[in-house]
Amino acid sequence: MSKKTIVSFKLNGAAIDVMVEPRELLIHTLREKLSITGPHIGCETSHCGACTVDIDGASVKSCTVLTVQCEGAELLTIEGFAKGGVLHPLQEGFTQEHGLQCGFCTPGMITRAYRLLQENPNPTEEEIRFWMAGNLCRCTGYQNIVKAIQYAAAKMRGETVTTSHPLMAEISA
Amino acid sequence: MDQNVENHERLEKLEGIGCSRKRREDPRFIQGKGNYVDDIKLPGMLFAVMVRSPYAHAKIKSIDTTKAKAHPGVHAVLTADDLKPLKLHWMPTLAGDVQAVLADGYVSFQNQEVAFVVADDRYVAADAAELVEVDYEELPVVVDPFKALLPDAPVIRPDLDGKNVGAHGARKHHNHIFNWQIGDKDKTDRAFSDAEVTVAQDMHYPRVHPCPLETCGSVASYDAIRGDLTVWITSQAPHVVRTVVGLLSSIPESKIRIISPDIGGGFGNKVGVYPGYVCAIVASIVLGRPVKWIESRSENLTTTAFARDYWMSGELAADKSGKIKALRVNVTADHGAFDACADPTKWPAGMFHVCTGSYDIPNAHVSVDGVYTNKFPGGVSYRCSFRVTEAVYLVERMIDVLAQKLNIDKAEIRKRNFIKYEQFPYLTPLGLEFDSGNYMPALEKVLEAVDYNALRAEQAQKRADPTCPTLMGIGITTFTEIVGAGPSKSCDILGIGMFDSCEIRVHPDGSAIARMGTISQGQGHQTTYAQIIASESGIAASQIAVEEGDTSTAPYGLGTYGSRSTPVAGAAVARASRKIREKARKIAAHLLEVSPDDLEFDLDQFKVKGDPAKAKTMKEIAWAAYNNVPDGMEMGLEAVDYYDPPNFTFPFGAYLCVVDVHKKTGETKVRRFYALDDCGTRINPMIIEGQIHGGLTEGFAVAMGQELPYDEQGNVLGGTLMDYFLPTSMETPHWETDFTVTPSPHHPIGAKGVAESPHVGSIPCFSNAMVDAFAHLGTTHFNMPYNSYRVWQHAKSLGL
Repeated sequence: MSKKTIVSFKLNGAAIDVMVEPRELLIHTLREKLSITGPHIGCETSHCGACTVDIDGASVKSCTVLTVQCEGAELLTIEGFAKGGVLHPLQEGFTQEHGLQCGFCTPGMITRAYRLLQENPNPTEEEIRFWMAGNLCRCTGYQNIVKAIQYAAAKMRGETVTTSHPLMAEISA
Repeated sequence: MDQNVENHERLEKLEGIGCSRKRREDPRFIQGKGNYVDDIKLPGMLFAVMVRSPYAHAKIKSIDTTKAKAHPGVHAVLTADDLKPLKLHWMPTLAGDVQAVLADGYVSFQNQEVAFVVADDRYVAADAAELVEVDYEELPVVVDPFKALLPDAPVIRPDLDGKNVGAHGARKHHNHIFNWQIGDKDKTDRAFSDAEVTVAQDMHYPRVHPCPLETCGSVASYDAIRGDLTVWITSQAPHVVRTVVGLLSSIPESKIRIISPDIGGGFGNKVGVYPGYVCAIVASIVLGRPVKWIESRSENLTTTAFARDYWMSGELAADKSGKIKALRVNVTADHGAFDACADPTKWPAGMFHVCTGSYDIPNAHVSVDGVYTNKFPGGVSYRCSFRVTEAVYLVERMIDVLAQKLNIDKAEIRKRNFIKYEQFPYLTPLGLEFDSGNYMPALEKVLEAVDYNALRAEQAQKRADPTCPTLMGIGITTFTEIVGAGPSKSCDILGIGMFDSCEIRVHPDGSAIARMGTISQGQGHQTTYAQIIASESGIAASQIAVEEGDTSTAPYGLGTYGSRSTPVAGAAVARASRKIREKARKIAAHLLEVSPDDLEFDLDQFKVKGDPAKAKTMKEIAWAAYNNVPDGMEMGLEAVDYYDPPNFTFPFGAYLCVVDVHKKTGETKVRRFYALDDCGTRINPMIIEGQIHGGLTEGFAVAMGQELPYDEQGNVLGGTLMDYFLPTSMETPHWETDFTVTPSPHHPIGAKGVAESPHVGSIPCFSNAMVDAFAHLGTTHFNMPYNSYRVWQHAKSLGL
């Protein structure tokens, strides 16, 4: 077995020191050593995006990066989105627009969408679909994920937002 | 206040049936606080990895585990020899066959389970798995079910040597599993002899995999002191798993607790019991420590539960006007090396006999042969009820073949053959009773919405223009599904009737907890069941906690698959809620000093008829249930209901798809997809829309790219997400949805189930569109999946 090494980075704003084998993948360090279980493992081959985290301002599939590569980095995971009990507009958008079902892809989706909106605060549907193509969802068919991101983008731009699923739409008094 | 406004406010507060209530599951998922099986971490927990066969068919000459066992951090290496004393090296399947838990002297499919390595963590386990030395002697492989039935074909199952009768009757060959027939063969054959027109078409429904984003896995924890076994498991049917584990282990079910935590999608993949689960349980019992086993994506795609792999020959007999007189179907079903199909016990081809579809066909006969091959077991229902996708595909393709033969428009031929509204309940020639349907208005609504005539005109224009670079195809399906398995007189699993259940307890403050025998994998049960209870009992949905998936707390149920949660458990929920309401009525009458008959139920309270100012709310009644009940009544306010449905439900839909196919590259663009679904009473329109989007997308995946092909050596060629098509946001088309409402007459709230019809209905719709694109060139069928290469090959074969 290889020698272990200490890696230091910032995780959702907190300073972390963690001891790992050089071969250990970031997703395993996060999930098994740091109790960060929001990012999930769906394929281990970089296809599904369920493990997406943000490292130094880039979306990274954490199943394909070694923890030792994160020395000195700033990491953001889904656990760092809600602040003081207030949901991030993306989290609100996903629930208002029904952008999730089983929830397994959701942390990766939101983390990826966050990076998109940092780079492009007003994306078109086509741009959203292009940017999100590295994150697979088996439940929603993506249509409501697109709407969820549009909802969040509008809210982050300070615009008034409403759900496209009003509670009582099919019920008359 | 205006009465209507007040009622509306009360309805809004209730969040009952018909509301687009926001999901109660979402807060944990959007914050990364879901609790999936791989999130579970117990003190002392070990991790296991499976050693698998690289060969599709081989004798195992020896297994040497010495080096693996000596590797630091390894706690156990199990092989079949370790399981034999416990009689756990084989296990029963849901289809009446047996399956090797760990290979017992031979392997019969690639990646078959051979040894189970348990170690400190997943890295050590993977290292040690490499050290297990297995000496194989390769045997001839057969992956084609037709070749498997040749007289000199290799014997795939030596353990069945001499057994000429299987779980479903006589076996006619050493690789034959069963022959199942239904319908009147003589009458059907006569209808064919007398017919003015007949058509025949062979088609293959390829081997695919449900591929939920979360793979399968379990954590087993045996407490040797208490004698209790707890297993967290990605199961769509936790109670059935408990019964199976009890049968296998001889531990009483009262000492077994199965917990399905949050599940990252199921789609049929998570119904069965897989060798990894059994090994994790054994390892935990042997080692006295919790053992986690989580499969990799490739293990998921190549070992746990394929779907489909049906070779179907369909024939229709009709008159010249296109009125169908008879349907005849022969199927060769490739079941892989062990018959592990998830079907009701009596029906080895599931509900394939729904294959007469939405059409009034007087005669039909179906024959299905199950065959062993050197491929992994399964035969699960991938986002459909048992074999319903195959059945619907067959009839929806066949009616198009007939339309082309007679040169009748593909919408028109459906109208000529529809079962009429007044014919319901309708008894099919294959013995099913369709509960309700209204097919003509559904199709007409779709045709009008898309301006069908204009689409056909555009198509004619493009066909007439040789310079047009694309072919335009229009696909239509008007399908009927059968879901909600099912009546215990015809449906059981391992002898247990396919009922489902609900238990509701109303607390003194008027809030409530409800538990069911089902388990959500993304369908939103926590949200929608509460809506049913709210409408039926008057307790606001926000005051109701819904729990499922823990066999120690939930009442026994058969689980969630085959769109059965709403038709079966949803009915139990409604009936338990009504029991609560009726007890509440008696308490209210007691409090108001009137007769129960003098009260009327109004959303969330009982009012005295003619004196509506005198009323008791459900909240007041709940409090009284714990301190002031009528003489002779038990205290408390709870109800349990076990619902054995009198019939299945039959959701239906009308779909239309427009594709543009590039003649030179085979690239296909889905220009438009319009899906009208009728699932009876609609509980939560937002969730219904989400389910339909998802089902359509999975249908798109199957039609346009998914398959698990094998080479001649039995290597599975689709075993990673590089090879197996899961559509991204880029390929996935934009979906248009619509609905009509035709309630089920036998369901307490008229609901039918919805999540699978978009999968079942869309796949033939894509096929029909693709074939229609080439129909003017004489094409009546070509097989899925329609990836660009396959479509290009087809175009090239036609000289395009």
